[in-house]
Amino acid sequence: MLLIVCPWCGPRDESEFSYGGEAHIARPKNPEKLSDEKWGDYVFMRANTKGVLLERWVHSHGCGRWFNVARDTVSYRILAVYRMGEKPPKLDKTTYV
Amino acid sequence: MAQDFRLPDGGRIDRSKPVSFRFDGKSYQGFKGDSLASALLANGVHLVGRSFKYHRPRGIFSAGVEEPNALVQLGRGARSEPNIRATQAELFEGLEARSQNRWPSLEYDIGEVNSLASRLIPAGFYYKTFMWPAALWERYEYVIRRAAGLGKAPEGRDPDRYDKTHAHCDVLVVGAGPAGLAAALAAARAGARVVLADEQAEPGGALLGLAEEIDGKPALDWVAAALAELEKNDDVRVLTRTTVSSFYDHGYLALFERVTDHLAQPPEALPRHRLWKLRAKQVVLAAGAIERPLVFTGNDRPGVMLAGACRTYVKRYGVRPGKRAVVFTNNDSGYGAALDLQAAGVTIAGIVDLRPDPEGPCSEAAEAARLPVLPAQTIVGTEGRNRISAVKIARLNDAGDAVLGEAERLDCDLLAVAGGWNPTVHLFSQAKGSLKWDPELACYVPDEPRQAVLCAGACNGAFGLQSCLKQGTEAGAKAAAEAGFKAKGGRRKQPKAGDQGPLPARWLWKLPPAKKPGDKGLADRPAGQGGKAFVDLQNDVTAADLALALREGYRSIEHVKRYTTTGMGTDQGKTSNVNAIGLVADHFGVPLPAVGVTTFRPPYTPVSFGAYAGRDLDDLLDPVRKTPIHAWHEQAGAAFEDVGQWRRPWYYPRGGEDLHAAVNREVLACRESIGILDASTLGKIDIQGPDAAEFLNRIYTNAWSKLEVGRCRYGLMLGEDGMVMDDGVTSRLGETHFLMTTTTGNAAPVLAHLEEWLQTEWPELKVHLTSVTEQFATLSLSGPNARRLLSEFTELDLSPNAFPHMTLAETEVGGIPARIFRVSFTGEAGYEINVPASRGLALWQAVMAAGAKYNITPFGTEAMHVLRAEKGYIIVGQETDGSVNPHDLGMDWIVSKKKDFIGKRSLTRADMDKPDRKQLVGLLTEDIDAVLPEGAQLVEHLRDKPPMTMIGHVSSSYHSPNIGRSIALALVKGGRARIGHTIHAPLEGKTLACKVTEPIFFDPTGERLRG
Repeated sequence: MLLIVCPWCGPRDESEFSYGGEAHIARPKNPEKLSDEKWGDYVFMRANTKGVLLERWVHSHGCGRWFNVARDTVSYRILAVYRMGEKPPKLDKTTYV
Repeated sequence: MAQDFRLPDGGRIDRSKPVSFRFDGKSYQGFKGDSLASALLANGVHLVGRSFKYHRPRGIFSAGVEEPNALVQLGRGARSEPNIRATQAELFEGLEARSQNRWPSLEYDIGEVNSLASRLIPAGFYYKTFMWPAALWERYEYVIRRAAGLGKAPEGRDPDRYDKTHAHCDVLVVGAGPAGLAAALAAARAGARVVLADEQAEPGGALLGLAEEIDGKPALDWVAAALAELEKNDDVRVLTRTTVSSFYDHGYLALFERVTDHLAQPPEALPRHRLWKLRAKQVVLAAGAIERPLVFTGNDRPGVMLAGACRTYVKRYGVRPGKRAVVFTNNDSGYGAALDLQAAGVTIAGIVDLRPDPEGPCSEAAEAARLPVLPAQTIVGTEGRNRISAVKIARLNDAGDAVLGEAERLDCDLLAVAGGWNPTVHLFSQAKGSLKWDPELACYVPDEPRQAVLCAGACNGAFGLQSCLKQGTEAGAKAAAEAGFKAKGGRRKQPKAGDQGPLPARWLWKLPPAKKPGDKGLADRPAGQGGKAFVDLQNDVTAADLALALREGYRSIEHVKRYTTTGMGTDQGKTSNVNAIGLVADHFGVPLPAVGVTTFRPPYTPVSFGAYAGRDLDDLLDPVRKTPIHAWHEQAGAAFEDVGQWRRPWYYPRGGEDLHAAVNREVLACRESIGILDASTLGKIDIQGPDAAEFLNRIYTNAWSKLEVGRCRYGLMLGEDGMVMDDGVTSRLGETHFLMTTTTGNAAPVLAHLEEWLQTEWPELKVHLTSVTEQFATLSLSGPNARRLLSEFTELDLSPNAFPHMTLAETEVGGIPARIFRVSFTGEAGYEINVPASRGLALWQAVMAAGAKYNITPFGTEAMHVLRAEKGYIIVGQETDGSVNPHDLGMDWIVSKKKDFIGKRSLTRADMDKPDRKQLVGLLTEDIDAVLPEGAQLVEHLRDKPPMTMIGHVSSSYHSPNIGRSIALALVKGGRARIGHTIHAPLEGKTLACKVTEPIFFDPTGERLRG
């Protein structure tokens, strides 16, 4: 059970949140101009990072707000929490083989 | 005489409180403070169970949670519980226990023949034997389940109450032995909020079973003083009988508290067990260590016991576990047991030591006490039927891999075995900390933590008492500091104690068997040949089983574990795992750490299902949502069905009607006169803001900008993958104000979907979303008389020209402020009336009374399904399953070619328009009375038996009273091109031929709808 610090409500149990997958995947501006492959990349392909992943969470059983989290997918340590639209903070990204 | 083996004095038992209990029907006496195991031993009972596979007689092996053998069935009837460790069950008046896995009796067990046939049941026996033929598995299983297994399930619903609770602390200390108490004291003195949890009935840990001293006084005096200080501190909570069973992420732990298991008559107010869900900023693990047995031939007889356990029985329980003992050791700690046993009046027949030159403080003390030490010797066999009567010892060669000379016999009734210690690293490892092998101590110790965890004492590889106290104090202070509490005041004096560990030691995993006549020189027969040498007592895994698995090609320790079952079961290999790893390493000739360790998973020891369930049972398991009109439905005798969490009327049987009869009547009434449905459960999302129309444009496949105020429109919502996600009618209440309806089960996911896009992708859109599902009650009127009846309640002109299909009005209905939507899911002229939830029941009752003259008929979800299927209206989740797009449903008419929307680009992928995709069609069976089962597979070419190529499945299927025959909707590959053709549904024992049709069966032009 992760302890996630909602930028609006403070630290809460993971069970109050829902997961939203990898962050900073913007919807393409002109979908019609993309090849099938490029579009497929946007819809289906994710990085599956072993290490620090920028990901989205929503406080679904709290304030209902979406926000971003930088989390190490090996240690589960949360390095940063930041709001939607904000740039990710500079982080020392642990890498794992 | 009772309690023949009870010492005249000593121990933590209360001799003024005798306790009667029964084991296998026989009455015994013990004392308050006894465990079931210590009380049995006090009465000279060692044989307590039969082993899992070979039904070999087994005795009490340990004094703690690691117990692999002494598992008993406790209690009776609904309170009966199997696999209780006798070493952990506290004695109370009237306790009733039975041995397990034996028939007809513990002393004479028929299953024991398995032991003779053991060559036929080697490692992997189940996998090898019961794989084929599969058809016979059910018979095998019956036999196996009877022969194997440990204990019986209770005979009824659990009558006890269980509880869960949440807690937070700065420092959690796991284990109240010397290290844990020292840690708790240090953390508490710094001002931290501390929880100290211990699985035993009283704090003290190993000190309860040892004659140690601290500051020149009995160690238990120090324990008492420490507890007194902790209990005075309001920021400290001491939990006994509480196992920290699981260590999850971010300092989240589960604690399993046995609240009343030790009481003969538990108070009504208390739960039996309590599960603590604890969030700790810092965790200090002071979980101690578990002694390791040695692997030698005949090491499983009753009377074979861990050396440390012998000491515990003597010191903590005042019990002599035998009269004449042999101690078998590879390290110095076995000598402590010999000295304690001797002091308790047990004759020491010999200390069999693998070491050629025993040295160390304990062995020196033993020699000073003139105990018979037999260096460089090993045990090659044991004797005795239901209790050990002798051991056979032989001289060990220098390499330790063979014996020299013939074996000698040594009589005994107790064999104390000391094979070294395994730090209890379970929780550290559960928290994803890495382990490292300590070659000197021959054990895994904590290495790098991944969470805020500190280890102290024996679980950290520090076995001396002084080291435990020192590490505990340091860890407690550091944990408090990390949690923000700096130690106050001056330095305190560190308590002083001895500091002896188990070293020096001679670590040998595989002890050689006896020489056989004819063996030449150094015999190196595999361990276990000529008698069984057990690695895992609970699962009956021998050294030979492990060797066989390795010869058969198993390499990974995780695979070896699963194939041989070593380390599985209720004890999870607490005494066996490291020995098994050592044997595997020896087999391959590699250093032990190269083999790795099996994963430690929660829980540490078994936790009752009751504790996990707590009070979340029956009505409290899941909330039930009821509409404001629910009471009326109940009075009307409705049968209900669950739709998500909602409880909806399914049908309203009258005078003994079954489902079929009731639904037929409701469906006909709706088409002939008027039906009324409680549609309050439909999801309702209020959408407001200047960009609301643009937002809907992006969300729905069709266009919304030009929808006039006061008009309604059906919308289809896709995922970005182009698949249908939801549908429903959305109405424009104002220029910047819409009301969206969703399917009942999808209301929350749709709102979450909308919020996600709005917050993460289009934050520039000025739109607010509010769920208003529960704020309104919705009455849905359908049928030719709906307009006539409704006009009695409102001044609104309901004529088709003034208020046509797909319009809405905000008005009053029966004096109640209301929104009327002219929409229909039945194909009849229909009106959905939204009124404030609190007024819903009143309006329903008024409409029912006024509608009596039209024979107004309430209908449930089943009739609604039939009505909509007659019209070919889809239900998302029934006609769709996440792989169905609008083309497949024949709904291209609702997909805009101009604007962009979620999922549009995916629809243009080549795969989305292939002619052989599954498409929605209607099916009419040749036999008009046969109703296809929903989910039935469809084939084009029939064969006499499977396999046949399946081309689709039935998604909805009903008897339609309006058409007078059965109807079905189906998703069929290339279905639209098959219209007019016949396909088949092969079913159990029969096949139904069906004609493929358009997916609409009633009023195809929609005259009734608009009329």
